[in-house]
Amino acid sequence: MSLAKVTQVKGLALAVPGDDIDTDRIIPARFLRCVTFDGLGEHAFRDERTGPDGLERPHPMNSAQAARIAAAKQGVMVVGFNFGCGSSREHAPQSLWRFGFTAFVGGSFAEIFFGNSTTLGVPCLTLSKDDLAECDAFVRANPEVELTVDVQNLVVTAGAKSWKASIAASARDGLVNGKWDPIADLLEGAPAVDKTAGTLAYVVGK
Amino acid sequence: MAKTLFQKVWEAHTVRQLPNGQTQLFIGTHLIHEVTSPQAFGMLRDLGLKVKYPQRTFATVDHIVPTNELKEPYSDPIAQEMIEALRKNTKDFGIRFFDTNTGTQGIVHMVGPEQGITQPGTTIACGDSHTATHGAFGAIAFGIGTTQVRDVLATQTLALSALKVRRIEVNGQLSPGVYAKDVILHIIRVLGVNGGIGFAYEYAGTTFDGFSLEERMTVCNMSIEGGARCGYVNPDQKTFDYIQGKPYAPKAADWDAAVARWASFASDAGCHYDDVVKFNAAEIRPTVTWGITPGQAIFIDEKMPALETLNAADRATAEDAYKHMKLAPDTAIKGTKVDVCFLGSCTNGRISDLREVAKYLKGRKVSPTVKAIVVPGSQLTAIQAVHEGLDKIYIEAGFEWRGAGCSMCLAMNPDKLVGDQLCASSSNRNFKGRQGSQTGRTILMSPLMVAAAAITGQVTDAREVFKV
Repeated sequence: MSLAKVTQVKGLALAVPGDDIDTDRIIPARFLRCVTFDGLGEHAFRDERTGPDGLERPHPMNSAQAARIAAAKQGVMVVGFNFGCGSSREHAPQSLWRFGFTAFVGGSFAEIFFGNSTTLGVPCLTLSKDDLAECDAFVRANPEVELTVDVQNLVVTAGAKSWKASIAASARDGLVNGKWDPIADLLEGAPAVDKTAGTLAYVVGK
Repeated sequence: MAKTLFQKVWEAHTVRQLPNGQTQLFIGTHLIHEVTSPQAFGMLRDLGLKVKYPQRTFATVDHIVPTNELKEPYSDPIAQEMIEALRKNTKDFGIRFFDTNTGTQGIVHMVGPEQGITQPGTTIACGDSHTATHGAFGAIAFGIGTTQVRDVLATQTLALSALKVRRIEVNGQLSPGVYAKDVILHIIRVLGVNGGIGFAYEYAGTTFDGFSLEERMTVCNMSIEGGARCGYVNPDQKTFDYIQGKPYAPKAADWDAAVARWASFASDAGCHYDDVVKFNAAEIRPTVTWGITPGQAIFIDEKMPALETLNAADRATAEDAYKHMKLAPDTAIKGTKVDVCFLGSCTNGRISDLREVAKYLKGRKVSPTVKAIVVPGSQLTAIQAVHEGLDKIYIEAGFEWRGAGCSMCLAMNPDKLVGDQLCASSSNRNFKGRQGSQTGRTILMSPLMVAAAAITGQVTDAREVFKV
């Protein structure tokens, strides 16, 4: 299985402010009543975007900028801290990715969300608190400027601005080498897996 | 060298180092359910892969099952499609399925312990963030995404990086009317909803020594609400006694060796922790959430925080929370009117929870303004409760007695809040819209506090209502 090398993601950016945005908010549980991930993109942030009256609410995902990202199927979401906390539902990054987001930049990411995203080939880079505030402000003020998320060199740039970024070394390695989906490596370890299994009493039935 | 349980289990299950520096970790026990597995089976079929060790994956159905409708087809055709997909997948790949007609179906995190599948010193994974529940037995248990469910099915392994270990010590005796739920809500309040990122939580101290396995499960269950992907308690005699005699427990001839092996996984005296935090049990009081994250919590007799006392980041979340909850800063939460009371979930839907509440509920009546439902977490729990006559106590008090499942914890079945109803809930998440209505409001609390809310129709101190 050959995968694209994700060394750099370039695209328009959308700021979605707030800390501790949970995966229930990203994709409400009623949309998990499905047996495929198809069609999840249109429901991303559904209850933040649409009121109980069915009318659109003011939300970044309802903006013209979001529509441009959806059309391009390429873009960067700039988020706060502890983004994607709560439920492990992979439906959350799947919905954002299917909407059009191909990278996240934030203060920190919940661990399961982080793993679910990078395994899709979608990098989650973190900035320092001050840099994130500056990046967030820049993105709002300059919606037409593309953001470059450089996974190879760990830097986020927009126009003349640039901010030092970080990501777990293993995730970076997987992305830039086109091995962000670990299945091939895991399958390759099969003989060693059997060996480990043989040493575990509860696995061999004791 | 002295090691933590986490390190010992990690080393015993390490298959090899992967090229990206992660560990290929053997997952001895894999639990699956209907919501996060169908896409994983789809990926297996697309890739032409088989399930590597079908006997090490166990399935049940919990999220979408209706609790007031036993006959199929369910009125929700999507729920029916999902349960049928799981039946087909488990049949096609030779996986044991604790189905609704077996008397053993239930919330996946209850089925593992009830069956004796959950054991110390093992690795467990499940496509559900509350998998840390199994850590109560001294297992290292991870919540995973669907692509990782595929990885475990196909290879019985995951690509993971080791976690740091934070020892959370709680010492002393809890006051009457204060429960394991209050302990974990208090821990999250203090350490924050993101304080556990990068850590496994080791819960220890005399309070945990005194806890039953079910109380330990309540605490481990909500580790993820504190940002920690897994949490555990070192195994002891109580752990072994709980497992003994369960269907998947080691048989008599293997028992002593299993216990010796399990005991050997406990953290060594003098081992290194990346962090240690201590709490005094006597200082913990009944705790309730007031906001939209589990960390936004106070003792029942405290006021909700004034905005000016919060730092800038917390303040923004708090403003959002007050608006959603329709509550006012710097006021008491006690006395807030409640519409719905939910007793259940993988946090507090076990037999000990049902027994504790029933003890106080006898002879009391649910307020006519409240809809109260009790949802045993599993069929075995429901059967046991009925055997003890607990169902009658609840029904006489005015609770609806329901079938087993996740129910109103996340409202993927028909049990949902309506409009901006406020729910006193024994579950684990108070996120916006969590209980099925986007304007619905959730206040997390212990089961006895839920019962007190049901009787009085408001958020109140169970210790006063029940003279605890």
